[in-house]
Amino acid sequence: MAATVQTFERTSEPAHLRVGERLRVLVAHREILLNLVRKELKVKYAASVLGAIWSLLNPVVFLLVFTFVTRVLGNAIPDYPVYLLSGLLAWNLFSTSVSGGSRSVLGNANLVKKVAFPREILPLSAIGVALVDYILQMGVLLLFILVSGFGLHVPELALLPLAFLALLAFTAAATFWLAALNVRYRDVGHLLGIALLVWFWVTPIVYAGALVQDQLVDRGALWPLSFVNPLASTLGGIQRALYGIVSPEGTPVLYDVSLGWLAAVIGAVLLVSLAALRLTWGYFFTRSGDFAEEL
Amino acid sequence: MRTTVPAIEVDRVSKRFRIYRERPTSIKQRLLTSHSRSEDFWALRGISLEVAEGSTFGLIGHNGSGKTTLLKCIAGILRPTAGRIRQRGRLAALLELGAGFHPELTGRENVYLNASFLGLSRKETDRAYDEIVAFAEIEDFIDNQVKFYSSGMLVRLGFAVAVHVDPDVLLIDEVLAVGDEAFQAKCLDRVRAFQREGRTIVLVTHALDTVREICDRAAMLHHGELHALGAPDDVVREMRYVLLGVTDPGFVPEEGTREVEIAEVHLIRANGKSEGPVLRGDPLTIQVDVRSNAPVADLDVDFAVLDGATNHPVLEARTSRVGLDLGRVDGKRRVRFRIPGFPYQPGKYWVTIGLSSRETGHLYHVQTQRYLFEVVEAPRVQERVEVPVRVEVEEL
Repeated sequence: MAATVQTFERTSEPAHLRVGERLRVLVAHREILLNLVRKELKVKYAASVLGAIWSLLNPVVFLLVFTFVTRVLGNAIPDYPVYLLSGLLAWNLFSTSVSGGSRSVLGNANLVKKVAFPREILPLSAIGVALVDYILQMGVLLLFILVSGFGLHVPELALLPLAFLALLAFTAAATFWLAALNVRYRDVGHLLGIALLVWFWVTPIVYAGALVQDQLVDRGALWPLSFVNPLASTLGGIQRALYGIVSPEGTPVLYDVSLGWLAAVIGAVLLVSLAALRLTWGYFFTRSGDFAEEL
Repeated sequence: MRTTVPAIEVDRVSKRFRIYRERPTSIKQRLLTSHSRSEDFWALRGISLEVAEGSTFGLIGHNGSGKTTLLKCIAGILRPTAGRIRQRGRLAALLELGAGFHPELTGRENVYLNASFLGLSRKETDRAYDEIVAFAEIEDFIDNQVKFYSSGMLVRLGFAVAVHVDPDVLLIDEVLAVGDEAFQAKCLDRVRAFQREGRTIVLVTHALDTVREICDRAAMLHHGELHALGAPDDVVREMRYVLLGVTDPGFVPEEGTREVEIAEVHLIRANGKSEGPVLRGDPLTIQVDVRSNAPVADLDVDFAVLDGATNHPVLEARTSRVGLDLGRVDGKRRVRFRIPGFPYQPGKYWVTIGLSSRETGHLYHVQTQRYLFEVVEAPRVQERVEVPVRVEVEEL
């Protein structure tokens, strides 16, 4: 029996992250994560008759309104609702994860001070909540794509898992970093709000990526630099996967690049994001030993 | 099968807290101030102790002595500043009942949430669920949101979840002191069951009797240092001594308007001396000399003896209550309170002396827990008994 008993050692040295070992700890504590996500969703939709339907209502209303508006007023981008939502839902996944995650440790001060559990679960649960919403809303969007006759674009669709993973890795990296930083500096939230606003508008979500490409090509073929923005590249990938056509009806909408090229860029973003995640997770993990003291 | 390897080894653990007077908590402040002023506070200094597997260990000390800090270090919530802690087996820490309860969730949902924090899987919680609800005695309300619960219900539910965890090592901080007496008894029963199952328990508590009753070993912390370590009886006795030097946060040692002052106080033992230990059952005279700065006609002199371990008054007397009128006091008076035999348990006792107005209750001069005496020799009883006190006054 005694041989199976685990020994834990707590020293004055700040802990260093060993990814494999830590992953096993997190898996062992998955129940907390699931319960926290359940709790967040429940609280978010508590005392509302429609419950999670609210989450679905959002994209449905978007789809209806934009379909109507673009029909009546006309729009530079054909099938604008599909283009808009494929980018916007992914953006929401990122921004709600990051803003919820940055508050996650601070907002659960009572828990952190009184209960011992892996602290990563707090930012992870913020991502989990955003992810549940994303998946539900993506269901609505996919349904719309199929029902409206817009249709799926098969080779492009293969980009979706890759772009989604890259987005998730980048989101997690940013969330861990901000969650730990916010414990030390309480105005991170305000700065983040401003940063997200700027970030939203420099990323082609409501306007066409092709516009950016045009503008930058005119200024000396620097346009690939826009892919340095990881959201531009990952959202570009998701838009390409769902919207499919680069220039529908002769209107340039998406980045005019080959699928392979885009996949390579997103692959690079994924690798860099994973490296960044390793760093910010390590930072979070090392700092998490002092969270209870600093709150 | 018991091993000789301790379940918890605390090896020269120190913990420093930085108390920041102007801590930059924002990036803006960080940029504007070049350095932050901080003071060090050592909550723990070089603590070493071992808790044997399957034993129950009591951790005592006054408020702020570092008990909870040590528990949090063992639990892994705080990181020690120096030293190390080795701990074997699955650990659950009950630092606060219902920590992590969410008001919007129902009792049922909170049971699952709370149980997961204590390391129970969903299946394990399913199995223990009925028992948890029965233990908490809130079957009828389990599907209500806990924001509608009374504080008693919350505490019961918190404890019910906590005692159904299945750890090798259980850390309990002061949570046994909740609920009514019947529920407390139930909680203690549960702790005893844990003991029988061979689990290791570390218990932080102020209830010294509980420590003597259920612990195998105990340690006392004092200002962050390990003051005593050993058999619960010895450590509790030491605690009772040391507690006396400690005052409450709202403690006012001396107050009053001083129309009349306490000039001198002597605690006169059986041998006529005013120092040295008091044998249990021996007579004791509390002699109070008062001096008036202005003539006072309604002087009331009183004293109280407080048990040093609990700070509870065990003996009180007042001149007015025995029908004694000191008359117009202008100058000095001597009042003797004669206790024919001091009946209480060995330990230290504080004496509070008060001069007040018989008519209005206005305080002339009060010295709170200023005088100290020690009773020696082991007692058999510790009930409060009626002790007749004879009071006399004479001109000086």
